[in-house]
Amino acid sequence: MNTSTPVVKQSGALPAKRNLIYLVLVAVIIIAGILAKGQFAWVAKYPRKWVIPLKDWITDFFEWLVYGVTFFKGQSYEFVPTDITRGMIKVFEYQLSFTDGIFFDGFRIGVDPLPWITVVGLMAILGHWVAGWRMAMIAGGSFLYLSMFSVWRPAMDTFSLVLLTVPLVFTIGLLLAIRMSKSLRAERFITPFFDLMQAMPPFAYMVPIVVLFGIGDVPAMLAVSVFAVPPVARCILLGLKTVPNEVIEAGEMAGCTPRQMLWRVKVPTSRSTVLVGLNQGIMQTLAMIVLASLIGASGLGNELLNSLQTLKLGKALEQGLAIVVIAVALDRLSAAYAHKPKQYIDQSLPWMAKHKHLVFAAAFVIASIVLAWLVPALRVLPKEWPLTTAPMWDAGVDWVLLNWYDNVQGFRNFVLIDILIPIKKFMLSIPWPTFIGLVVLLGYRLGGWKLSLAVGLMISFPLLTGLWKETMITIYMIGSAAVFCIVVGFPIGLIASKNERLSRYIILTCDFFQTFPSFIYLIPVIMLFKVSDISAIIAVLAFALVPMIRYTNLGFRNVPFSIREAAIQQGATRWQQLRKVELPLAAPEIMLGINQVIFMALFMVAITALIGTQDLGSEINRARTGNKTGRALVAGLCIAFLGMISDRLIKAWRKQHSYRQENHD
Amino acid sequence: MRKEDNDNNVKISCRHVWQLFGKGANQFLKKHNNRPTMEQIDAAGLIGAVRDVSLDVHQNEILMIMGLSGSGKSTMLRCITQLLTPTVGEVFFNGVDITKIKARELGELRRHKMGMVFQHFGLLPHRTVLENIAFPLEIQGKDSETRIAKARELIELVGLSGRESYFPREMSGGQQQRVGIARSLAVEPEVWFLDEPFSALDPLIRREMQDEFMRLQSKLNKSIVFVTHDFDEAVRLGDRIAIMKDGELVQIGTPEELVTNPATDYVKAFVENAPKAKLISVGRIMNEVGAVDTSQEPVMANAVLEDVAKRIMMSEKALPVKDKEGTLLGSIDREKLVSVLFAD
Repeated sequence: MNTSTPVVKQSGALPAKRNLIYLVLVAVIIIAGILAKGQFAWVAKYPRKWVIPLKDWITDFFEWLVYGVTFFKGQSYEFVPTDITRGMIKVFEYQLSFTDGIFFDGFRIGVDPLPWITVVGLMAILGHWVAGWRMAMIAGGSFLYLSMFSVWRPAMDTFSLVLLTVPLVFTIGLLLAIRMSKSLRAERFITPFFDLMQAMPPFAYMVPIVVLFGIGDVPAMLAVSVFAVPPVARCILLGLKTVPNEVIEAGEMAGCTPRQMLWRVKVPTSRSTVLVGLNQGIMQTLAMIVLASLIGASGLGNELLNSLQTLKLGKALEQGLAIVVIAVALDRLSAAYAHKPKQYIDQSLPWMAKHKHLVFAAAFVIASIVLAWLVPALRVLPKEWPLTTAPMWDAGVDWVLLNWYDNVQGFRNFVLIDILIPIKKFMLSIPWPTFIGLVVLLGYRLGGWKLSLAVGLMISFPLLTGLWKETMITIYMIGSAAVFCIVVGFPIGLIASKNERLSRYIILTCDFFQTFPSFIYLIPVIMLFKVSDISAIIAVLAFALVPMIRYTNLGFRNVPFSIREAAIQQGATRWQQLRKVELPLAAPEIMLGINQVIFMALFMVAITALIGTQDLGSEINRARTGNKTGRALVAGLCIAFLGMISDRLIKAWRKQHSYRQENHD
Repeated sequence: MRKEDNDNNVKISCRHVWQLFGKGANQFLKKHNNRPTMEQIDAAGLIGAVRDVSLDVHQNEILMIMGLSGSGKSTMLRCITQLLTPTVGEVFFNGVDITKIKARELGELRRHKMGMVFQHFGLLPHRTVLENIAFPLEIQGKDSETRIAKARELIELVGLSGRESYFPREMSGGQQQRVGIARSLAVEPEVWFLDEPFSALDPLIRREMQDEFMRLQSKLNKSIVFVTHDFDEAVRLGDRIAIMKDGELVQIGTPEELVTNPATDYVKAFVENAPKAKLISVGRIMNEVGAVDTSQEPVMANAVLEDVAKRIMMSEKALPVKDKEGTLLGSIDREKLVSVLFAD
């Protein structure tokens, strides 16, 4: 019998020889670097003279924009750029004051905000309409929790901000997606901006926003939009693009105009994906609105930040939990709505019967307001009533510190002194020409000269702008965190892929943790490890572990059963199956997971700067407090480029190694 | 069978239609005077999905476009409907070259004169059966009462009464295709296009749907272009069959012509297992008028062999063959019959 293996590329003599050449080149670059380091001072340390003062240029430009320039000077209609930006703010502020009024502020003319009982009830009714009693319990229960645990006011503040931001984000996302779906040129033009916006840590663009728009809820909304629009638009675009061809053809044969095609065929057909985009928008908005408290967004994020800065950990935990509760409720609601199949409604029924939930909701609003007017406790909970668990958490932390302090400290010191610090020193001792040379070489090996040029330029950017040291520390931080993620996440994902029951639990847990806004991860870490590199790395680990587990699980699960059967039939041992069949086939997915890990790590690096690190994140953080626009943007670009380098390299690797895709197409 | 007698009644006429996929297909064709060979197409890195196809669709006929996967049959259909604009070539619809008209005019044409059924149904998932069928009328701009009345009529026609409020996801493949058929007929099109409408269905359901199709056509009498990969289906349903291979039209003709006169070995391979006795008529295989005993009961020239085989086999002498008017055309005997039906 003749068994052919078309799936695996033959590794003949030629590739082996090529690999040897690469090995030699690597050795040459390293040795030359070390030798040159001793000879030339500019190799050891990139001279300050050679730094391009991009930071200063950008800062100057923004200063000019804000203070230096006046359009139509001398005319009666002269204006400065900030007149425009402040004007935009006014427009949104007006809307915001309205939703704020409804949910917690009340109106000046003497109208009270909605009583908590009304909001809780409305959420429950909404839940029931979307997905029945269970969802009603989840939605109502979550908001009941908020009212009971004395976080009602800030929670409603955040909620009202979310309520206003999500439609903004969704509309922009939808319009962009539609534009991109219509022309390939538009898609090619916009996509790199999305890449950059998603790779850039949000702190970086917060600074210019503050400079132009000031501080407050509305600038925060703008920062949130920058953050949340790309994933929403991408998701909707995916939906629009995956409408089955025949459905589109059916529309064309019916003679649809382009507008009819979009609104009557494409959008409704991809309803589910478009609504997943909405879900994404809500989650991203919530995650970012907490961060945006740094530029003046009020609400839970702000309270949490205060608690963290004053080390009131119990309180912080409670507030963090409140954010998670809102996140879980909104996530489940919007996800259920996205997957809710359209139901048939008999048009001949009377209006009341067709809109049962709406009628009931209206009745409930009136009834509950009347009731709350009679019973004040239903309107605003009395001060002494709300529960709090903060003392308990504080006691818990104290107990842990008292009993485990030595162990935790021992562990911390061990990891820090014996592992992390040596790595850090090593990274910093690498001469910059060597590092850049190796990145360029890797780019060439994986994707030819185009890729090597692209990654070479991107890795040179921090060097040329004078942020090399901070960049190397960042690479060390995310590198270590990524390694930890792989070491911990790979086995969990592997086990999950082999065991149905366990897999369900693990995926549920992953889903749950992914609804946490990134901020939350800092709380327990600071509690246990105080401020240091190790806290930052652990926070990154906790945050970025989920995609590693998820993609590993997915990768192994997607190995076609027939191929595994073939391996078993040929008498492969368990280990051989894993090593020689499943791993190579799952590798592309796993690499995608690692890619995600690196992106999330880079995102988290900027946040961990809040607890004091010395990398690019802290550079942005310092710039943020001092409104140094250039500094923030340049450091942000450095982080974005790091993300994009890893993304490009991993994608090129995947292209070389996706046997499966080759086979299918 | 309807055929030659309405040659002047051409509904759609395709002339030298090419569909090349790949970069620079236009210049490539120009360079080769619209006559490139397969090798040249391959060498240029292009894909010749449809190559120089000319064919006519007559009034009220069912034209089957038959070919295996990759033969270009579905692409050809899309060139006719302008879902794909041919790289070069003309497609005349009622004498107008629709490759040249504006998008607005094409939309108008589709809204009123074309209907199409798709292999995987192409139904709108968010609409009920009724709303799906009414969709083309909605695009036409008809008011809701007219739409609903017409859609109900069609639901009745395709036998889906009682399922008006179902969503596509709640129905079997056969039922979904009934909806697809009803939708395509909603605008009372002049030409009805069917792209492998029954290929995605189980064999039993497929048979049932073919019968249903014949029943509908006997009522509606449309001009039809029907794409299939199933030769039996083509023979069963088609008035004429166009066989395609590698983007080229190999042969076009009635089933009888294909069976008695296959142009290439490729066609021969298909027709080998065709039910010849049902397809071939006496007139096609009869002998020249010779010594024939005209006192015997004649057989009709247009009768298919199956119907008269018993009489021919039972008779020891050759039988006279006459047409409807009673003119003697020739004769047929059992040797001839056997040699045609059981060649080799």
